[in-house]
Amino acid sequence: MKRGLWRGFVIGWFGVVMLWYAPARAEETPVERLERELGETKAAVRALEARQPTSQVKGQTSNPNLSFDGLFAAGASTVPDLETLETGAHDPNQRGFTVQNLELTIGGNVDPYFTAISHIVLQIDREGESTLEIEEAYLTSTALPANLQLRAGQFFTQFGRLNPTHPHTWAFVDQPLVNGRMFGGDGLRGPGVQLSYLIPLPIYAEAMVALQNSQGETASSFRNVPGEELYGRTLVERTVKGVDDLLVVPRLTASFNPGDTQTVLVGASGAFGPNGSGPSARTRIFGVDLYYKWRPLGTVKGWPFVAWQTEVMQRRYVNAAVEDDPNTLTVDETLPEELLRDRGGYSQVAWGFTPRWVAGLRGDYVAGRGGDLTDPSRERRVRVSPNLTFYPSEFSKWRLQYNRDHVQGREDIVHSVFLQWEFLIGTHGAHAF
Amino acid sequence: MRRILMIAVLMALSTPVAAAPLTIVTTTPDLAAIAREIGGSRVDVTSLATGPQDPHFVDPRPSFLVKLNRADLLIEGGLDLEVGWLPVLLESARNPRLRVGEPGRLDASRGIQVLGVPEGPVDRSLGDIHGKGNPHFLVDPMNGAIVAETIADRLCSLDPGGCVTYRAQAKAFRGRLEAALVKWMKVMAPYQGVKIVVYHDSWPYFTGRFGLHVVGFVEPKPGVPPPPSHVAELSDLIKREQVKVIVMEPYHERSMPDLLARQTGARVLVLAPTVGGAPGTDDYLKLFDMDVARLAEALGTGSGVTK
Repeated sequence: MKRGLWRGFVIGWFGVVMLWYAPARAEETPVERLERELGETKAAVRALEARQPTSQVKGQTSNPNLSFDGLFAAGASTVPDLETLETGAHDPNQRGFTVQNLELTIGGNVDPYFTAISHIVLQIDREGESTLEIEEAYLTSTALPANLQLRAGQFFTQFGRLNPTHPHTWAFVDQPLVNGRMFGGDGLRGPGVQLSYLIPLPIYAEAMVALQNSQGETASSFRNVPGEELYGRTLVERTVKGVDDLLVVPRLTASFNPGDTQTVLVGASGAFGPNGSGPSARTRIFGVDLYYKWRPLGTVKGWPFVAWQTEVMQRRYVNAAVEDDPNTLTVDETLPEELLRDRGGYSQVAWGFTPRWVAGLRGDYVAGRGGDLTDPSRERRVRVSPNLTFYPSEFSKWRLQYNRDHVQGREDIVHSVFLQWEFLIGTHGAHAF
Repeated sequence: MRRILMIAVLMALSTPVAAAPLTIVTTTPDLAAIAREIGGSRVDVTSLATGPQDPHFVDPRPSFLVKLNRADLLIEGGLDLEVGWLPVLLESARNPRLRVGEPGRLDASRGIQVLGVPEGPVDRSLGDIHGKGNPHFLVDPMNGAIVAETIADRLCSLDPGGCVTYRAQAKAFRGRLEAALVKWMKVMAPYQGVKIVVYHDSWPYFTGRFGLHVVGFVEPKPGVPPPPSHVAELSDLIKREQVKVIVMEPYHERSMPDLLARQTGARVLVLAPTVGGAPGTDDYLKLFDMDVARLAEALGTGSGVTK
């Protein structure tokens, strides 16, 4: 029995191999060739029927995917203090050159139950000093029942569309103003866990909730860094007494397709947690996001396309009262509790008009109510940024961007121009829609 | 073997007729068309990519995630064809049935004699090289027959009750494919060894089957758009080799092939690379009916090149 199988297998493969050498034989007439090949094909198919499931792809040990991305910019501006205008820690931060982001990504399957990925970011700051940050490192479950998925480790909070993504995937040189205002220079992220649930509906709908630490500079609207000054308060040390003292981030997202060429993705997020202005002050951030993409079916390497992305956010930050400390002899400044309400948003469209070229336009708006609105981190700003990007391949890009920035506290409109370039080497997983 | 067949038959007889159809998701419409031929009414087949789409560049739309979440079987082309969009979907699909090595995951390239496996090291300076070989194997109808058998095998193990049906449908499909192949080979018989230029290296299985000789590519390297210098070289080559036809897929830029055609008198022929890639190619046999007829027509007419 077994020998018969093997014989069939060998004959079958011989037939298959013969098939591929067939076109080289010039002496046969086409009809002779066809007859012979049909016979061989039948033998091959018979062998296939009998064969044990085998794969001809040789066994390969898959090492972790390893990639390195370099993102750089050159900037010019009508003002010398670009670092105060650009809110992102990975935005161009000075006239001249900026090393925006050097990202080492290592990812792979852990075991049958988890995958893991880490993004380690290197940077060279304005003074020329090299810095290192562990941007993300987390595992994702692959085998939980009931449509559940767990993410655990250090990760970008899934709030809105831009916050969970890395700078090299952005359609613009710099981060939107509203992201800087709500989440600081490095985005909202931290160690924690997130559970998500794919809702069993005919359309895509997913609910998720994350629980993360609420302190550190990557939680700038929350506990932040004790001792730092923010909105006229010295941030206090707060300890975690319960879940309430952590950052809680629920998100709901859904998608539908108005036809084969269009995709709409909508989302609503919240971020709730304590802030560092006082021992019991809290922050609440709400956001909605909308993403629309049009891409015809017969594209050339994905071109043409139109992608429109909009996010709107609102923050309620309770700035705690400061009272005179009766235990000290000095008379401290007393300040009343105030509610700082900040809102803002951006809307951006990227139009891939011809293969390898993308034209973009983004509008930014941020403003506040309550408290000191002359604080540069709360003043009203309106920014318009057109750009043009050339992608020599999927693994490199060159981008030219102009920012027209109207800052409430500055007399003149600020004009800035950036040239950005990127390279990507290694195996870098595809990005989510 | 016979005992297994007996058991299968018994199970087929004892299985209630109203069993829910097996939900199959395929990455490409070719795989969907073949799976439909084999599965018939016992399966519910959806393709993620649609006909005119380049299977390398498909948006990982969230709706695909829902389809993958519910699939009993995922059939992929393999050889890294879908590497740019399938892994990211599967990571969020929460469907353990579709993990590599599970019965719910089928790599259709299994059993195919793969062409174009690079010899020696490759890197991205050479363009988009498929390290595992050329994944466009379904443009050879005989590979379609092999994939049909592979799918029938897998359906038998997932749904033993339908095995007799699957085997019968696979056999019938193969019969029709072989009969049609005789017809196609006869149509192509006068053009054995005829030289053509193709846009991208996605036709070696097709040209191998039908005896055409590819002498040049519009792309200087896979996935790299042609610079003017390359077009000039190619123009000379087309004239020198008396090439009459430049074959391309619907998802490549027309401008360079059109320029070449104007310079040389060769004709640009857009062939459907997949089922649904052009009107009238709704199933796997019609795909070749269309492509073979159009190719023969293009090779048989045009400028005065003798054959």
